Amino acid sequence: MGKIRDKAAIIGMGCTNFGELWDKSVDDLIVDATFEACEDAGVDLKDIEAAWLGTVFSGHTAISFSSPLSWQYKPVTRVENMCATGTEALRAAVYAVASGVYDIVLAVGVEKLKDTGWIGVQPTNVVGRSTMGTSGTDLGLSPPAMFSLMAQRYFHDFKIDPEEGRRLLAEIAVKNHHNGSLNPKAHFQREITVEQVLKAPIVAWPLGILDCCGVSDGAAAAIVTRADMAKNFRGDPIYVKALATNVGPRRNPTLQDYDFTHIEENVRAAQMAYDEAGIKDSFKELSVAEVHDCFTIHEMILYEDLGWSKKGKAKDDIEAGTFTLKGELPVNTDGGLKCFGHPLGASGLRMQYEVYKQLQEKAGDRQVKNPRLGLIHNFGGGVWGGIGCIAITGNELDRR
Amino acid sequence: MVGITSCEVYIPAYRLSRDEISRAWGAGNVGGEKAVARHDEDSITMAVAATLGCIKRWGKKGDGLFFASTTSPYKEKQAAAIIAAAADLPRETRTADFTDSLRGATIAMNSAVDAVRSGSAENVIIAASDCRMGAGKSEFEQILGDGAAAVTIGKSGVIASVEGNYSAFSEFIDIWRREGSAFTQSWESRFITSEGYAKTMQQVISGIMKKYNLTPKDFSKIIYNGPDKRSHASLAKRLGFDVETQVQDPMYHSIGNTGTAAVLMMLAFALDEASPGDVILVANYGDGADAFMLRVTENIKPVQEKRRMKEILEKKIYIDYGTYLSWRDLVPTEEPRHPELESPSITCLWRERRSTLAFYGNKCESCGTVQYPPQRVCTKCQSKDHFEDYKFSDKRGEVFTYAIDQLSWSKQSPVLVGVVDFEGGGRVMCEICDCNPDEMRIGMPVEMCFRKLGQDADIQNYFWKGRPVI
Repeated sequence: MGKIRDKAAIIGMGCTNFGELWDKSVDDLIVDATFEACEDAGVDLKDIEAAWLGTVFSGHTAISFSSPLSWQYKPVTRVENMCATGTEALRAAVYAVASGVYDIVLAVGVEKLKDTGWIGVQPTNVVGRSTMGTSGTDLGLSPPAMFSLMAQRYFHDFKIDPEEGRRLLAEIAVKNHHNGSLNPKAHFQREITVEQVLKAPIVAWPLGILDCCGVSDGAAAAIVTRADMAKNFRGDPIYVKALATNVGPRRNPTLQDYDFTHIEENVRAAQMAYDEAGIKDSFKELSVAEVHDCFTIHEMILYEDLGWSKKGKAKDDIEAGTFTLKGELPVNTDGGLKCFGHPLGASGLRMQYEVYKQLQEKAGDRQVKNPRLGLIHNFGGGVWGGIGCIAITGNELDRR
Repeated sequence: MVGITSCEVYIPAYRLSRDEISRAWGAGNVGGEKAVARHDEDSITMAVAATLGCIKRWGKKGDGLFFASTTSPYKEKQAAAIIAAAADLPRETRTADFTDSLRGATIAMNSAVDAVRSGSAENVIIAASDCRMGAGKSEFEQILGDGAAAVTIGKSGVIASVEGNYSAFSEFIDIWRREGSAFTQSWESRFITSEGYAKTMQQVISGIMKKYNLTPKDFSKIIYNGPDKRSHASLAKRLGFDVETQVQDPMYHSIGNTGTAAVLMMLAFALDEASPGDVILVANYGDGADAFMLRVTENIKPVQEKRRMKEILEKKIYIDYGTYLSWRDLVPTEEPRHPELESPSITCLWRERRSTLAFYGNKCESCGTVQYPPQRVCTKCQSKDHFEDYKFSDKRGEVFTYAIDQLSWSKQSPVLVGVVDFEGGGRVMCEICDCNPDEMRIGMPVEMCFRKLGQDADIQNYFWKGRPVI
């Protein structure tokens, strides 16, 4: 089996401001992200040979992309993989240039949550379900409630007092808000305190409203080329080291041996990605990581699932500040989903935008030291099964 | 010998105190409390609970299911078929609805006795269930309670034989509810009680005693319904029965008048206390009256050992009057503040009927993994089409983890959700009802119940939920 490592590179990226963009349409967001990416890469829209649009419910088909950009008769595909849609669009673009069929392609992800009329993301029996009729017997659990199933069990199994557990989760929210306060593109740019998180209204015990990511609009885009061509466009291209998408049978958690303290697809996606990137000790080798912090408990469990904390010991690393901006492995340096919200189709590419900037050492006040490799983790679905997506990129071609 | 072979009562977990009702209206009340069906219950779901209980106690299924109610959710469509499907009765089961009369349960019982006696059916389950409403501030609002009861009529394992019967009809307008009207109404009470209820019941109860040459002293118990506590008590006195020792408590104080279900509910409670040889008189009023003479047999003991009536009565959660009004759709409350959800597809419901109504999952014959919903390719070992049926509805489970969802819209927020591990294998994620949020815990024992779903559609969709084991 081949590997994607060092076969493709990102040469330009764009990312809109995220937020309650009442005066922007889906079309506006696609135009803004795409043109910013083109400008960053120094290519013209006309130079792009093929494109992939990622959106969950803010558009249908390739036409949702071609129409706003007045696209001139070239291939476009719309992709959808729930909350991992953005990464899925990037993945399609990377494989397309790696195959040698195209030289310059575009991936763009977009979502407008604020036009839907839902307070949060639609419940799980609405998002991602078939447009065919259903018997209507699926459980309509809200996303925070779904992740609270994990928090309840995690605290139970690792004997963490719920109040102490809430404090640990609050530390994650506080960290991400601190990072977001340094980011002019974030929806929320305000620092918060542990006390504020603990006193916020409960949404699904033990998760309060500040344990949940925001609900926002946004778009992000990437221009991808073959690795051997990348330096023709810019001196600091970012090379793709690994792309992993892992999908399970969806029903694993309905088997009695599932523990509700890990997500199998995430664990396996990490193994696939580390293997593809040739990473032996991810905690030491990665310089920065963006993970899918839709809820604080997910970020906590991801520290373990992605191999950075020992099972049941994420607590120790949270307390040690391991994942803060100045810690050993800064996580969600841009503020994460917590501060950007989660416009489903855009999030994966927004994460990649941050890692791209970090690897180019253009992340301003959030810049990590001596960056070499960065990881994004984007997750679609729920605890009962999902799509674990990881992309690892680096700022050098491996000397092999 | 034809007679009753099993019985079970279902009373919803929720109670509304009559003080709470009168507080809302600044009026007096008759004291006590009434049982209230949750927003996800109706006469069908309560009948399913009573039917499953009846089958469980007795250990056998029926080949007939008769449903008696004045509050079927459908005007045109049989409720008994839904109940039979949820109770997983065999395809050849004969089903019928006995509707519109408060006497429905005993009309169904006469038909069941005739069917079994003639040999056209072996075991007929009669499920009676009602969820009637009185208008705000009315006496009915205080008196009417919700509940269900089921009995089985058969030939083998009879716990109380049907020794005789007597019926009469009477065209008398006392209590009625017209098409399109939500509330039970009645004519002036002196007239309807003395000329209607009391007179007809006296005639029929005297009629059965005369027919079989019996006197009140020959009965250990008399069980009969009535419009209210006072009319009920004075009837027995007038007929020469001793109210203290012979009359079965109609439970107006603790449950309320449960309509068609009342007589079977009283009968089930009476059988739990009965001794072999006891002779019981059952009478039921509504557009006439039916009477039965029953004799309790030796078979009563094993059925009594499985009784849990006391526990059923003690498990209760109090609600306020506003909640009651909202649950019965008597006051418009805030709709969910989001776009409407899609209505279920009737075709999908039909295709999934075994898994959604009878609650079947399946078990892989290669690796033994139990799965729900039923699969064609095993979640664990990927064997194809190599499964045996696995039914969840009659199994108990334990909560592995749970959620208290404040965000999902419901008529009873927060929505409780449990991941339930079943005895014998299998795990299902489902809503947990009849439970206070602070009672939820990992390890809580759960049993399954058939309930309405909240979706708004012209049809009523049903599915299974969990509830704490009583």
